[in-house]
Amino acid sequence: MKTIEKAVLEARDVTIRYSGQAAVQGVNLSIYEKKITAIIGPSGCGKSTLLRSLNRMNDFIDHVTQEGEILYRGTNLYGPEVDPVEVRLHMGMVFQRPNPFPKSIFRNVAWGPTINGLPGDINHRVERALRQAALWNEVKDRLEDSALNLSGGQQQRLCIARALAMEPEVILMDEPCSALDPVSTARIEDLIFELKESYTIVIVTHNMQQASRVSDYTAFMESGKLIEYGDTDQVFTRPKQKRTEDYVTGRFG
Amino acid sequence: MRSDLADHQSSKTLGARSLKRRHLVARLFKSICLGFTLFAVGVLGLLIFQVGADGLPWLDWKFLNNFPSRFPERAGVKSALYGTLWVVSLTALIALPTGVLAAIYLEDYAPKSRLTRIIDINIANLAGVPSIVYGILGLAIFVRFLGLERSVLAGALTMSLLILPVIIISSKEAIRAVPSSIRLAAYAVGATQWQVVRFHVLPAAIPGILTGVILALSRAIGETAPLIMIGALTYVAFVPEGPMDEFTALPIQIFNWTSRPQAEFHELAAAGIIVLLAVLLTMNALAVLIRYKGTR
Repeated sequence: MKTIEKAVLEARDVTIRYSGQAAVQGVNLSIYEKKITAIIGPSGCGKSTLLRSLNRMNDFIDHVTQEGEILYRGTNLYGPEVDPVEVRLHMGMVFQRPNPFPKSIFRNVAWGPTINGLPGDINHRVERALRQAALWNEVKDRLEDSALNLSGGQQQRLCIARALAMEPEVILMDEPCSALDPVSTARIEDLIFELKESYTIVIVTHNMQQASRVSDYTAFMESGKLIEYGDTDQVFTRPKQKRTEDYVTGRFG
Repeated sequence: MRSDLADHQSSKTLGARSLKRRHLVARLFKSICLGFTLFAVGVLGLLIFQVGADGLPWLDWKFLNNFPSRFPERAGVKSALYGTLWVVSLTALIALPTGVLAAIYLEDYAPKSRLTRIIDINIANLAGVPSIVYGILGLAIFVRFLGLERSVLAGALTMSLLILPVIIISSKEAIRAVPSSIRLAAYAVGATQWQVVRFHVLPAAIPGILTGVILALSRAIGETAPLIMIGALTYVAFVPEGPMDEFTALPIQIFNWTSRPQAEFHELAAAGIIVLLAVLLTMNALAVLIRYKGTR
């Protein structure tokens, strides 16, 4: 791994437990600026839990305890003086299933910036976010329509636009295509690739083709442990660990 | 093994016996359901017909505008109708914010602890407590201890206690029905808990909450026992003008009339029932309207 890359986020010895049961164990991981990092691994390996720890979404799950540090540009996100609401202004999130608010398309994108009092003209901000999410041309004439009338793929791009409108530094994506058809998936993968220009992206996926297509770095997790982390090319073609090789070549289990 | 095979083969020929029997059972069940439904609707229809036949001739402007009297032709429900409207409005004013805020706290803020669970269970139990028990409680606390006497306020507070569990339970259910994915989405764009509740949870839950509230108030309208318990009067020849005035209510007036020997008063009671039903149906229509508007 090239050392000149700047780490935006650093997980240091992170262990996360649900009611005492470790879901993530002693993970050390650096997320690099304006790169796409994929986290892969079998179901239940703790990849989503790790992702949610990066914007403190695990705070909403009962009986979760966490050890270790998550450093964002040197500040521990779990430090006593850190406001979790502020953390989420820097880390946007896209969820596994499209979850637009049951409101208009415009309101979906505008709500976050409005309640946080972000500067600038809100109409421009919404348009910019929708353009970045490659949705503008499809919805520009019906911004006041309910977001629930959009197709699944459009809804997910709307959710991406909603995250982009906050102009976060990092975008966390939790299996963003798992509920979508192949055409919508391809569109979102293209989109993720373009967003790399301006954002640091962490994507959790159990689709290995997706990881190899879009990501710069790949982390492979199994049973809560980080087994291997490195260049996507290297992880997929010359894995150092036997278990990684078994998983990426489909000889798993 | 052999009999299994035989069954399998017989089911392949059309007109298999077991299928016929199953259809018969299905039709029989449907008929039984229909029969019981018709019975229930029939009894209700008969009741309404009886009440209508007795009461409608007495129902006129004078009936609504007169105070009770020992002469049936001069008697009316003015004081009872006003008393009921007073009590229900005050009850709504007290129970609605209390119940909804309690539901929001229990559902969204309270830690998922043992204590919270105990409170939840006890609220559910309170919903099943007989109304007369609330009357005794109201008599002890509001009428005697707080010295509110037999006022509209004492009645409304007692009624509020009675319907609070119902309001809290239905509001909690409406709030719980808001998908957590919406809450998480809102948190993910930097919302505080208050903003999530204010802009996402409440708007989505309000139709359900209001339906529950209005159904609970409808129950309060029909309750007699707690009001008699706290000493609401049976003969009132004035309209309450403030929350501290004495009062009577429609069910009390109806009860009073039915317990008199003269047949005319029984017919007056029927007319009173029609007025009570009209108030009830108006409120239920309101609930349906709100639900319809909310789900559109």
